[in-house]
Amino acid sequence: MEYLTVHSPILIVAVPLLAAFITPLISRIGNKFRDTVNVSLLSFVTFLIVILTIDIYANGTRVYTLGASVPELALPENYMVPVRIMFQVDGISIFMGLTTTVVALAALVYSLQFVKNETGQDRFYSLFMLLYVGMIGLEFTGDMFNLFVFLEILSIAGAGLASYRVNMADAVEGGFKYIIISAVSALFVLFAIGILYSEYNLLSIAALAHSMQFTTLDLIALALLAIAFVMKLAGVPLHMWAPDTYAVAPAGITPMIYTSSAASMYALYRVTFTLYGGHFDTTAIGWVVIILGVLSMFIGVMMAIHQTDIKRLMAYHAISQSGYMLLGVGVGLAVLTDPVALANYGRDAMNGGIFHIINNALYKGMLFLTAEAIFFRIGTRDLNKMGGLGHNMKWTTIFFIIGALAISGIPPFNGFASKLLIYESVFRFNPLLSIIAMFVSLVTLASFTKVFYSAFTGPEMPAFKEVREVPRSMLIGMGIMVACIIFFSIFPGLVVDTIVAPATDALIDQASYINGVMGAVP
Amino acid sequence: MMQYIPYNIPFIAVALLMGVALFIILFKRNLIKIIMGIAILGAGVNLFLVTLGYRAGGVAPIYTVAPEGVMVLPVPQALTLTNIVITVSVIALMLTMVMFTYRHMGDIDAKKSRLLRG
Amino acid sequence: MLSKIVRTISNQLILFILVFGLYIIMHGHVTPGGGFQGGAVIASGVVMMIVAFGSSEIKKSLRERHLSVVESSGALIFIGMAFAGMGTIFFYNFLVGTPVFGGIPPTGPNPGNVWTGGVIPLMNLGVGLKVIAGLSAVVLAMALFSSGEEIEE
Repeated sequence: MEYLTVHSPILIVAVPLLAAFITPLISRIGNKFRDTVNVSLLSFVTFLIVILTIDIYANGTRVYTLGASVPELALPENYMVPVRIMFQVDGISIFMGLTTTVVALAALVYSLQFVKNETGQDRFYSLFMLLYVGMIGLEFTGDMFNLFVFLEILSIAGAGLASYRVNMADAVEGGFKYIIISAVSALFVLFAIGILYSEYNLLSIAALAHSMQFTTLDLIALALLAIAFVMKLAGVPLHMWAPDTYAVAPAGITPMIYTSSAASMYALYRVTFTLYGGHFDTTAIGWVVIILGVLSMFIGVMMAIHQTDIKRLMAYHAISQSGYMLLGVGVGLAVLTDPVALANYGRDAMNGGIFHIINNALYKGMLFLTAEAIFFRIGTRDLNKMGGLGHNMKWTTIFFIIGALAISGIPPFNGFASKLLIYESVFRFNPLLSIIAMFVSLVTLASFTKVFYSAFTGPEMPAFKEVREVPRSMLIGMGIMVACIIFFSIFPGLVVDTIVAPATDALIDQASYINGVMGAVP
Repeated sequence: MMQYIPYNIPFIAVALLMGVALFIILFKRNLIKIIMGIAILGAGVNLFLVTLGYRAGGVAPIYTVAPEGVMVLPVPQALTLTNIVITVSVIALMLTMVMFTYRHMGDIDAKKSRLLRG
Repeated sequence: MLSKIVRTISNQLILFILVFGLYIIMHGHVTPGGGFQGGAVIASGVVMMIVAFGSSEIKKSLRERHLSVVESSGALIFIGMAFAGMGTIFFYNFLVGTPVFGGIPPTGPNPGNVWTGGVIPLMNLGVGLKVIAGLSAVVLAMALFSSGEEIEE
């Protein structure tokens, strides 16, 4: 057990990688065997994530140095700077890892039946595991260059999966848009890494943060990194790819790509808080994040209203919900240098924003899954052609109602808990922002009411008389997410105290992240 | 002032390459040209990284045949190599997608082969 | 398909390309080169064969299923080497000091000792296999597409 805890940071990345590579070989034996192996390996990873979470929240940051003689040996004797590749897992990393893993497990179980009749299933599972590796590696890594590498892994795997159904022209188009945005943003990241390396001869995030001097070149690097990550997380001026890609990706993949954009959001936070925090007045960059958030919220929801494609509509809502997370954490960033304001409302705002990440990954992912369940049975995503599906797809209807209520922030669901935290704390920062956030929430409710009425209610349509409930594995996949949503809805206070607050502390406490690698900071 | 110019030529080339590449990616409509833009952007970043590692008069950082004197930095070269590999796979993936787009739509113009709008 | 002269010369040349590619792969830890570079050399040999014989001819001998197996095995060698060090730590170079690739490289100018590097040469081999199979499959699929055929599924 101790062995597993010590080695879990790397096993969580390496075991899915192994699964990705053995999938093409073991699928010779049989599809069922391959599915079993993949699900059991991912379940094992989930178990590792859970024990690592317990350990991190008890003992703080954990460093794992690859190739050293002991895992904690980040800084060998007589070395001034870390030279080895390492993983550094702190509160926010493990929080994101937990989110990613829950979504991945649900999406994998859901996909089992969904891709049963498609060709190229080995590649689907290989790429699925690679996408998971990319996300989790991005969240765990301790140096800038591996951040770039994992960003590329998740981009390539994500683009390949988004255009998985290549027999449909729009799927190829959605994948192409995604890969172009990803390639450009990844090259921006690499360029910024080059700038940072030229100044400090370092790649480790902790060591860079330790010796950061905030020159003009650093500012340029920060701008490049911010543009790249905002592109990847589909913040509003750079959101054009998101609706196309989300709409065409197969079920199970849309939640994953959505979670990968949350991973990019984590990278943005990691860079602004840990890499650059503490060296300059973060008010300006905080306001930039806030404005991005408000724009994303407002424009996302406005674009969603008139959509008729159910997945496109949900994709615009996904952009809009990302705005809440940016708003919450942006307020925290804006008051980071002001201890009084931070204690009064900044920390709560960040709690809200970070809690919203996991809530949103769950209910938004689940809504994408219900949309794809409808597509699986009736073969269209057009809302105008749907109707009366509630008669035959009872479970899907119930899941949709839960997701729609949660996303609109209706008490007692978990969306309400995180949004309330954001409203209250942002109101004390700037009342106008809070009012906009509430308005957006109302419009979201209206929009999902429309979807509910046009898809599920009404008389049974003759064309859909034969429609049945989706297969069991798809229901289980959605059920995993619903179970988490309900748990979070019943115990929001417990969740905030036990997993969200440590994540917020990890973001604010830059010194402990640096200490994890560099020893005590003088 | 003049003696710095030879060392700055690679950086000027980097700026030019990246500017050209961004122009192509933003304003060209032919999908193949967009892919070429990304390749040029990758080349610009690679040139930037290699130039960072250059030391005047340095030798190649090969352990076994090292004469006396400074070596150029090996780490940026490793980064460049990784980026080359990644760019190859990204471009292969993009070309495959263009092939499928052409098969479906019969065109590789971004305006004409477009289904998803709004 | 090109003329008989080209085909004959390609048939002879492919051997040298294979040997050169394998040399670059296996000497990756002492000279410039490594898995990717050597794999790319061999994949360029495949390109030469495609140009000389035509893609539909090459498709008969290079099957997509086999390429996929080789690619996965290469990746498995790489990650297996990393897992094999798990007794100490992931990616631990457990072969240093053993008779297999275990030599300690001498310092200063010297002709280079291939029998060094621990797991690095084996990882290079894994990467090489993966790149050979991967790039060949990519090139072959694109050549087949431009001649209007499909790679087998």
